[in-house]
Amino acid sequence: MSTAAVDTGTGTGAARKPATMAQALTRAMRDAMAEDGRVHVLGEDVGTLGGVFRVTDGLAKEFGDDRCTDTPLAEAGILGAAVGMAMYGLRPVVEMQFDAFAYPAFEQLISHVSRMRNRTRGALPLPITIRVPYGGGIGGVEHHSDSSEAYYMATPGLHVVAPATVADAYGLLRAAIASDDPVIFLEPKRLYWSKADWSAQAPEPVAPIGRAAVRRTGTSATLVTYGPSVPVCLETAEAGRSEGWDLEVVDLRSLVPFDDETVCASVRRTGRAVVVHESGGFGGPGGEIAARISERCFHYLEAPVLRVAGFDIPYPPPMLERHHLPGVDRVLDAVGRLQWESQWTEGGGR
Amino acid sequence: MTVLEQPGDWRPAPPPSWRPRTDATPLLPDEEPYRLLGTGAQLDPELLRELYAQLIRGRRYNQQATALTKQGRLAVYPSSVGQEACQVAAALALADRDWLFPSYRDTFAAVARGVDSVQALSLLRGDWHSGYDPHQHRVAPLCTPLATQLPHAVGLAHAARLAGDDVVALALVGDGGTSEGDFHEALNFAAVWQAPVVFLVQNNGFAISVPLAKQTAAPSLAHKAVGYGMPGRLVDGNDAAAVHEVLTGAIDRARRGGGPTLVEAVTYRIEAHTNADDATRYRADAEVAAWREHDPITLLERELTSRELLDDDVIRTARDAAERLAADLRDRMNENPELDPMSLFDHVYAQQTSQLREQAAQLQAELDAEGAEGEER
Ligand SMILES: Cc1ncc(C[n+]2csc(CCOP(=O)(O)OP(=O)(O)O)c2C)c(N)n1
Repeated sequence: MSTAAVDTGTGTGAARKPATMAQALTRAMRDAMAEDGRVHVLGEDVGTLGGVFRVTDGLAKEFGDDRCTDTPLAEAGILGAAVGMAMYGLRPVVEMQFDAFAYPAFEQLISHVSRMRNRTRGALPLPITIRVPYGGGIGGVEHHSDSSEAYYMATPGLHVVAPATVADAYGLLRAAIASDDPVIFLEPKRLYWSKADWSAQAPEPVAPIGRAAVRRTGTSATLVTYGPSVPVCLETAEAGRSEGWDLEVVDLRSLVPFDDETVCASVRRTGRAVVVHESGGFGGPGGEIAARISERCFHYLEAPVLRVAGFDIPYPPPMLERHHLPGVDRVLDAVGRLQWESQWTEGGGR
Repeated sequence: MTVLEQPGDWRPAPPPSWRPRTDATPLLPDEEPYRLLGTGAQLDPELLRELYAQLIRGRRYNQQATALTKQGRLAVYPSSVGQEACQVAAALALADRDWLFPSYRDTFAAVARGVDSVQALSLLRGDWHSGYDPHQHRVAPLCTPLATQLPHAVGLAHAARLAGDDVVALALVGDGGTSEGDFHEALNFAAVWQAPVVFLVQNNGFAISVPLAKQTAAPSLAHKAVGYGMPGRLVDGNDAAAVHEVLTGAIDRARRGGGPTLVEAVTYRIEAHTNADDATRYRADAEVAAWREHDPITLLERELTSRELLDDDVIRTARDAAERLAADLRDRMNENPELDPMSLFDHVYAQQTSQLREQAAQLQAELDAEGAEGEER
């Protein structure tokens, strides 16, 4: 790590210094706003305070209150106003303060944002980015830890993405802001302060929305995951080595559109898959993902696709959340249940 | 020790002084709805004639659309018979560069602004969710969920102001819609941002079956404005000249940077909510009859007559234009729309996802198979 790596903005040298995911997100908005005057940030506390997670820090100072606006406290109003702004040619980036506080805006989201392009046969595309700090693991009180991706995934017309790395936080947010469609941008809160060597001068190429990334190659089984569960799965893969397992980790990055190709190529290679996420399993993203894998890879599968998910409960209080969140042990256990000797066929089980 | 246990003659320090920012009185609406027709006020004869021609068109359009529901050509039509003065005034008060944000009942406002009469009915006919390009006449899609178009109008007006354009947004909403949270959020945003937007509530007495008294305890809907820090105006919604003047004033004010206005137009829904509704279950015929006496066309006709502005020529010209509109609507609505099932997958995203491509291929295969079967038969 070079300590001399100050942010000179020269774009050369690609000096790398540790940056947090929060900083990469700020940088993405800053760069997008500098490049394109149509990009406006709005939400509760995003201006003077810089957001409760400081993700919009400095934007109001640099671009003015009109480009980074503290709105009244009203989520439907924020998203509804963003619709009108987008209709007039702006590219609003909306911050929902916390996952569960986006719910008052669902009416706007589902009734208008997701379907305006379709309803108007392409005449009114809505290039709105909706940033949602989401998920648990930060000891938040009720309504500060929900994983709401299944609701968004079930709504056609929305893109749904969740970065897991610092570089993706930048690249995917740039892609989301550049997208001509509404994007639900899920920011794993507990990764906000995760650091990586990441160059703000020469950011990685913008990650196209809809492409998964193989974070670790392996041969024994595929862990399919995204967002806050990616580090958990990488840790699991390390831990699995002592069991003799060589696990592949696929980071979806994008839930809608879904990268069947990367996921299925991986599962066909390994023959076994576990889907890992924080949100509840019943009616959750894992069911959809497992079904897709079964439909496309049935003849390659040595075992049923398993899911490791949060329990099907309202998000628990902070003192209990560690029991709820899928951790390394639970994923390891699932991997163990993949039955390496094909015992599923024994006793006429099939 | 709690405050109550303080010894001696302890007094709280005076709180830091805070006073209301402005005198609320100028924001309050008049006690009586504002009226122009029959008051002897100075009025532009050209405007009166234009309003008249448009009212006649609007009434005829409403009648034709209602007839089309009876023939099964329209799935549903929320008639604006009795409310045409609001519809017409809303369309005429706006400049070309302004935007109109209508609700499902405001088809004729869109038509009066220039939207094609058949395209304006796409939502209600069911051949598509919105039949026109909103940019062409600056008319947002007809909005079905109540009051949700109001924050859109605020956002657009705000964006226009930021761009330095002197564009105003006019948003229409019903009396029932004022109870929705989006109404509150939109008015509050508009006032805080000083957005150039005008809200027109068409208070037609009912939200489907629920009368205004069960909708709100406010002295009037226009009174709600004061709480947001914008002026509220109360106007006779059947007096086309008065609605036009009040809206024009509010639009000018917004254009000059004066901020938003809430206008309540007091009117009446003469027909049922839609053809699916039985209005006799919740209101008396006598009430409807009384409002028929206060019909917007009758009011304007009397005014024109007293000014000797209404001769046979004017009437015939207006009626002919209305008949042409109705005949064109009838003819084109009687054609069966040709719908391509594959268009289901269009415009969901800018770029089709692979999932949608697969599903489109599946439907195409089904259609091909159907076609082949049809040929065999
Ligand atoms: C959010 C929402 N809730 C319920 C409805 C169903 N609905 C359609 S029209 C209507 C009554 C609306 O009354 P009002 O706002 O007074 O308008 P009007 O129909 O009288 O023009 C209701 C309840 C709806 N369209 N949207």
